[in-house]
Amino acid sequence: MRHLALATGFMFATQAVAQTPVLTIYTYDSFNTEWGPGPVVEKAFEETCGCDLQFVAAGDGAALLSRLRLEGARSEADIVLGLDTSLIAKAAESGLFAPHGVSVDMDLPVAWEDPLFLPFDWGWFAFVGNVDGPMPANFEELGAGNASVVIQDPRSSTPGLGLLMWVKAAYGDRAPEIWQALADNIVTVTPGWSEAYGMFLEGEADLVLSYTTSPAYHLIAEGDSSKQALAFDEGHYLQVEVAGKLASTDQPELADAFLQFMMTDAFQAAIPTTNWMYPAVTPAGGLPDGYDYMIRPKTSLLLPADEAEAMRGPALDEWRQALSR
Amino acid sequence: MAAGPVALSRGLPGRAAAWAVIAFLVLPLAAVLTAAGGSGRIAAADWAAIRFTVVQASLSALFSTALAIPVARALSRRRFPGRGIYIALMGAPFILPVIVAVLGLIAVLGRGGWVNGLLGQMGIPPVSVYGLHGVVLGNVFFNLPLATRLILQGWGRIPAERFRLAAQLDARPRDVFRLLEAPMLARVVPGVLAVIFAICLSSFAIALTLGGGPKATSVELAIFQSFTFEFDLGRAAMLAIVQFLLVAAAGLAALRLTPRAISGAGFDRPVARWDTGGAGMRLADAGWMLVAALFLLGPMAAIVSRGIGGLARMPVAVWQAAATSVVIALLATGLTLLLTLALASARRNWVEVAGLAPLAASPLVLGTGLFVLINPWDRPGDWAFVVTLVVNAVMALPYALRVVGPAVSEAEASYGRLADSLGLTGLARLRWLILPRCRGTIGFAGGIAAALSMGDLGVIALFADPERATLPLMVWRLMGAYQMEAAAGAALLLLSLSFALFALFDFGGRWRAET
Repeated sequence: MRHLALATGFMFATQAVAQTPVLTIYTYDSFNTEWGPGPVVEKAFEETCGCDLQFVAAGDGAALLSRLRLEGARSEADIVLGLDTSLIAKAAESGLFAPHGVSVDMDLPVAWEDPLFLPFDWGWFAFVGNVDGPMPANFEELGAGNASVVIQDPRSSTPGLGLLMWVKAAYGDRAPEIWQALADNIVTVTPGWSEAYGMFLEGEADLVLSYTTSPAYHLIAEGDSSKQALAFDEGHYLQVEVAGKLASTDQPELADAFLQFMMTDAFQAAIPTTNWMYPAVTPAGGLPDGYDYMIRPKTSLLLPADEAEAMRGPALDEWRQALSR
Repeated sequence: MAAGPVALSRGLPGRAAAWAVIAFLVLPLAAVLTAAGGSGRIAAADWAAIRFTVVQASLSALFSTALAIPVARALSRRRFPGRGIYIALMGAPFILPVIVAVLGLIAVLGRGGWVNGLLGQMGIPPVSVYGLHGVVLGNVFFNLPLATRLILQGWGRIPAERFRLAAQLDARPRDVFRLLEAPMLARVVPGVLAVIFAICLSSFAIALTLGGGPKATSVELAIFQSFTFEFDLGRAAMLAIVQFLLVAAAGLAALRLTPRAISGAGFDRPVARWDTGGAGMRLADAGWMLVAALFLLGPMAAIVSRGIGGLARMPVAVWQAAATSVVIALLATGLTLLLTLALASARRNWVEVAGLAPLAASPLVLGTGLFVLINPWDRPGDWAFVVTLVVNAVMALPYALRVVGPAVSEAEASYGRLADSLGLTGLARLRWLILPRCRGTIGFAGGIAAALSMGDLGVIALFADPERATLPLMVWRLMGAYQMEAAAGAALLLLSLSFALFALFDFGGRWRAET
């Protein structure tokens, strides 16, 4: 009998869902966890849209794009949320996206004019360490000193790729030399952010590649002020996380409504303490308290999407050769 | 070996199962190749990755097996209280999700780990775990338990009567080794080497994290890269084929090196050993067992001590994920055991190589291929449960087959003719010959399959089900959201559940059984 009751309940549930339109959003894993922005965003948008918002978590940003390309026009996704700047050129080239049509003033350190992809948050890459630990002021000091560091692999993780572009944007042709100097500081290269950050917290390295806002997590969520991000005087590379509307969407109005909603306070106010990044549009209440203590780099580096895409292959070869010695 | 209709009917389910496994591995690969519109080019850097992969896998297989032989020998000739628990606990690292195991290893052997802490107190400079030696160490940590258990089973299959006879002939331990143990090792070791080589071939997180840099790039990482960042499906498929060929070569070499079974039957009396030597040998055996225990249990202790604090911080969703994982693991185990018994009773060489093939399959290519196959017909997300289940079952098959296969061969070699003369075929043969003779090994194989299915994360990312996550995916998501403590708690839960399932099957198989 219990099975019967369960089955009936299930049928009613699916029928109820079938009557309301469904907006399907592909996003990366950590966006839609209990601590991520997902639940807040879903609740807030469903209050106004008369729809059912479904997040589908599909690995990290790079895996999202691969999945979309595998699915092609058959994709169920109406919106993809969580591609980063290093993937935009490839995403645009796939021809799967439609213009977002949203124009709002954004609080980004750089001008943003991409017609296909709309930023929802951003951050600066930075090396994060302990307050009493070593504090090199740039890549050259880091390479010359003996601070140990864990980084991510640019072939399997977006922060790793961000670091590759950071060195390239700051040093251009001198990048191989910088990497060679860093080689003896690098404890190891991990497949993704989680392993690297976990190893840093275990005390395996003095520094880890993360974001300027990582210490905000420890400060706000854990009341722990022992972590700091290092300000580098050559500037910090930006990661801008974007959303895009699929050309093949069967809910174009809902998708447009979501992109509009994404730039409002209901979405943006959740970002600093759930995704631990800067909101694309600063909400009316400003940033949470802990963010005052974060470093704010004076120079922001960001290669144009097509230039970054063209540079990736050669930069990877340089990186591999410098670190394989 | 019997000829004619008996042999034919005996081999049929096995061959059918072998073809099913091959189709399950090859069709997705073909689908990826089709989606790519042809094969891709293997880049120059990929050859370096292939070289490194082969080197680390060979070294890991050699060291795991070399260390496993004295440990298994010690275990085989010593009886002490807690021996059963020792053997069971030894199996635990093997069933850990890679990322959890790596963090556990680092807690012990890393820069800030316990070992370096101890060395520091003695004024010795810290030892780095990162590099080729670290990769090999990580792989030995994972595979020593499996190697030990497989070799220990070889010892278990030497009939007690042989040892009794040896004792009557006043054979010294050295003679026992030469006459009984060495021929058994010659039969068991090539297969163990091949299986561990194959396992290490497809490891990617261990190679990269402990390898210390891009020198330690494995083929699987190159596949991952071509998928996600390059979206070069052709190159990914080519690399997957290279990986396949390497494992096939290892499997064939092992078959060629393995002498035919020569042991013969006994009366299944409890094994008593007279060749246990004096205090020196006793000390040496204890030493080997202690080294293995410290090496394997240290990182486990680190995982437990870190996880206990996080248990209270785990969200409810972790428990749901745990339930999903347990259901998947149990169903997958059933499927694995069915396939294993079918393959093992076919007793043909190519069938055995087919059973080893899933080890060589790139989980990423397999997952993508299945995705490409399902996508035109249905929502892949709806298939998450089934795909995870079947993939886990097939991925666990090589381990189960390596455990059960030799036992079935042994039973057939010793009692096959008797069974033939009694006209035992099909299910009756299974019921009266195979199951009673191989209970212990089937239980162990089931334990491995269940634990692996709990831990495997391989293909699930593409098939992520919005409603139901598995426990390993949950650990991963928690870590990605800065929730390192909750993740450590969930990892401890995963470890405990995997181990409980493993022990349930393993003890179940050995319950009231001496063989």
